[in-house]
Amino acid sequence: MNIVNQMDLNFPAKSTNESFARSAVASFVLQLDPTINELADIKTAVSEAVTNCIVHGYGYSEGTVYINVKITDKGKIVIKIRDKGCGIPDIKQAMEPLFTTAGDERAGLGFAVMQSFMDKIKVSSTVGKGTTVTLEKNIIRHRNSSGGADLGHGE
Amino acid sequence: MEITYENEIMTAFLKGEIDHHTAAPIRSEIDGKAESMRPHVLRLDFSGVKFMDSSGIGLIMGRYRQISLLGGSLEVVNIPKNLEKIISLSGVCSLGVVK
Ligand SMILES: Nc1ncnc2c1ncn2[C@@H]1O[C@H](COP(=O)(O)OP(=O)(O)OP(=O)(O)O)[C@@H](O)[C@H]1O
Ligand SMILES: [Mg+2]
Repeated sequence: MNIVNQMDLNFPAKSTNESFARSAVASFVLQLDPTINELADIKTAVSEAVTNCIVHGYGYSEGTVYINVKITDKGKIVIKIRDKGCGIPDIKQAMEPLFTTAGDERAGLGFAVMQSFMDKIKVSSTVGKGTTVTLEKNIIRHRNSSGGADLGHGE
Repeated sequence: MEITYENEIMTAFLKGEIDHHTAAPIRSEIDGKAESMRPHVLRLDFSGVKFMDSSGIGLIMGRYRQISLLGGSLEVVNIPKNLEKIISLSGVCSLGVVK
């Protein structure tokens, strides 16, 4: 699996940046010619992960959200979203639908959305150190039987 | 956000993108108006919503609780096609509010 393109995006953990972050990732993914639905799924999942960094990871204190997006030669996108915030003590419990530590206005559905809108999700977290969520989605499917997507390896 | 009141029905016309950042002012405006108007029905019209994440689900569930406390009921109407996936995943349909 070769990486044909990638980008990094770091920004302060401010809620104004939620819309910027999901739009920026969506713009980067456009080069794979995704469907409107695939793009909407990615935007929603990125919004969930970034919001979690801001709301839970940093809990409104200052910090930076780190995003890395990779595109592979198989047309897969791998999005890593990371904070250096409080960490998650029990990942399994955190990922259960409706589980929330944030009170009445949060549904506890962020991880459920990421799970169902993306092909794969991985969460790693250390209490006091931070959390990394890795989201994967295959954009070019069934394009040709040899499996290699033509991404045009231009200069 | 446009809010109308007619025949005991208060309708809030939600617009644009609903996320954690935009949900807060929407929530306080709806709650403030609902508390003074005391409608029988609080109707959330989603026809103008282009994007929504789970913050939108939190917004619906929160308004459901708030209007129930005020003795009214909630209706969620005109969910655009592109939001059906997150709405059905959320289970809010089981509250009987989605029309
Ligand atoms: N980056 C993070 N840092 C620390 N804790 C987190 C992080 N992401 C998630 N959590 C924990 O996992 C729980 C579940 O997250 P999830 O996104 O599923 O729901 P939520 O954020 O509480 O509500 P919603 O996403 O529906 O608004 C959170 O309530 C929080 O306790
Ligand atoms: Mg969340």
